[in-house]
Amino acid sequence: MKQVPAEYYQIMEQLQTVDFVLVELSLYLNTHNEDLEAINQFNHYAKERKRIKKQFESQFGPLQQFGNSYSGYPWNWDDAPWPWQV
Amino acid sequence: MNTHFKTYHPYVSPFDPCKPILEKAYSTPPNLYMGFQPPNLPQFTPSEALKAGTLWKAFYDPWFSPLEPGKGGLPQ
Amino acid sequence: MWIYEKKLQYPVRVGTCNPRLAKYLIEQYGGADGELSAALRYLNQRYSIPDKVIGLLTDIGTEEFAHLEMIATMIYKLTKDATPEQIKAAGIEDHYVNHDKGLFYHNAAGTPWTAAFIQTKGDPIADLYEDIAAEEKARATYQWIINLSDDTDLNDGLRFLREREIVHSQRFREAVEILKDEQGKKKIF
Repeated sequence: MKQVPAEYYQIMEQLQTVDFVLVELSLYLNTHNEDLEAINQFNHYAKERKRIKKQFESQFGPLQQFGNSYSGYPWNWDDAPWPWQV
Repeated sequence: MNTHFKTYHPYVSPFDPCKPILEKAYSTPPNLYMGFQPPNLPQFTPSEALKAGTLWKAFYDPWFSPLEPGKGGLPQ
Repeated sequence: MWIYEKKLQYPVRVGTCNPRLAKYLIEQYGGADGELSAALRYLNQRYSIPDKVIGLLTDIGTEEFAHLEMIATMIYKLTKDATPEQIKAAGIEDHYVNHDKGLFYHNAAGTPWTAAFIQTKGDPIADLYEDIAAEEKARATYQWIINLSDDTDLNDGLRFLREREIVHSQRFREAVEILKDEQGKKKIF
């Protein structure tokens, strides 16, 4: 019975946290497109999510595909677990 | 600061079969009062925001079940 | 085009093996005010609305698919290892005989999802008012589901989803303000 380590949940939650800020700022900026401070905050967290995505993928495989993530060998995009399984 | 719910008192008939609920409440969440959101509203920290379901404190209006005893502990 | 990400929007947890809760949650999966309806409603309305609010409909519609996946996760976890006896005790044996543990787009009363659940009027104001109403109805549905659940872990995820309805409603209200704004007038905060 293969299970993901505790670190999977920790890094995943870091990503979920940063991505949630980005979702909220995206919706806000769609109706407030001249709020420079919010745009700066958005770009700051966009950079941060890149860093966390890279860290997560180096340990647990690609988060996105169709070329939005690199692949390991053998092809590991379709490896379990899927998000609803963990 | 607006309250997040309002109450009313339904008419009670002597022929109502169930024990009457004297006061009923309904939700009036913050989006009803905000208008166009002004810039620079106070924010939660990122991890508080995820738990709260909103980045801005002004929208935070959690709903708890009467079956969840003693719940709380979310961002103020 | 859309890119899938192998991640839930929120860390969903389910505390107890209680398949009865799945019966209620299916309302937000394949019901009229559920997440599938929301996603398809907003993404479909994009083709007949001013450019200024297409981005908002696209992003909220996309977020709704993330919510659909959260609801699916909750139902999956609540029913995954349930025995036929537990299925029967939970009152979901009608679903079981037709679909086993498979998810299906229907509401809590068993009515299959239909495009008649949603609307596109082609009139920007009519469509945005429908969206605001849909968010408030979904918020209310989450309240009633939370009221029926004693699973604090599950309710934590449901509270997140209810709060998102509040924020989405706010943004749709702002979209109306943008569309009704008189040309050249400065927005007043």
